[in-house]
Amino acid sequence: MKLFLVLCSGILFGLGLSISEMVNPTVVLNFLDVFGQWDPSLIFVMGGALITVSAGFHWIFKRQSPLFSEKFHLPKVKDIDSNLIIGAAIFGIGWGLAGYCPGPVIAGLAYAQLEGVLFCFAMFLGFKISQLVKSK
Amino acid sequence: MQSISSYLSPLFGGFLIGCSALLLMLVLGRITGISGIASSLLNKGTTDKVWRLVFIIGIIIGALLLQLIMPKSLPFRAELSSVVIVVAGLLVGFGSHYGSGCTSGHGVCGIGRFSSRSIVATITFMASAAITVFIIRHLVG
Repeated sequence: MKLFLVLCSGILFGLGLSISEMVNPTVVLNFLDVFGQWDPSLIFVMGGALITVSAGFHWIFKRQSPLFSEKFHLPKVKDIDSNLIIGAAIFGIGWGLAGYCPGPVIAGLAYAQLEGVLFCFAMFLGFKISQLVKSK
Repeated sequence: MQSISSYLSPLFGGFLIGCSALLLMLVLGRITGISGIASSLLNKGTTDKVWRLVFIIGIIIGALLLQLIMPKSLPFRAELSSVVIVVAGLLVGFGSHYGSGCTSGHGVCGIGRFSSRSIVATITFMASAAITVFIIRHLVG
């Protein structure tokens, strides 16, 4: 049951990314192009997700624990440190270069495009490099 | 400007992404952050790889389902070289792990629970992405 619900959650995520066209890197780049022919549609993706999440989290966090875990696993770090800023800035450069961020590029594997597959491999290599750098 | 109706599918897509994040929080108490869920698969110390893999497979199934109902193709971008794709992938992977989150973890779940770290991270990556696009499209291109 637990894994079935996790699978449903993943499917909802993949559907959401596809319906909203976030899987299309050109749409994403047109959204990021605020100084050009700006396409604001992705504001509505984030807006829709944020309203849903903030309303629902409020209700979920009233529970003692999740359904299938002893506690909620929330980040403990509260400080705004240099890792956060440097990492986010580097991530943004990559996002702006190709128009893919981790969720959409994984969903995009469904389209079996060479570009997305190549990006995914490089992204996982990037995860690994960061893990090695951080563990030092 | 586009018509109002062209914003309905982004809004509905966003709502589904929000529902996905709520379901995962309710079931496992986990943040729906794709960079975190995916990158932990590479970590030897991760003991809970099964649900992470199931979630990732779910994302791909979700995208496939929509392809079955409403087939669409992604644009083929001849102008984008493989070198740029690989460099961009490395930067996205490194940066999202180093900064502890991406568009989903910081941008949706983090802001959704009013985390100041996530708000700062989201403003930072949005700005750096917009600057990158500006340089490529309007200065270089």
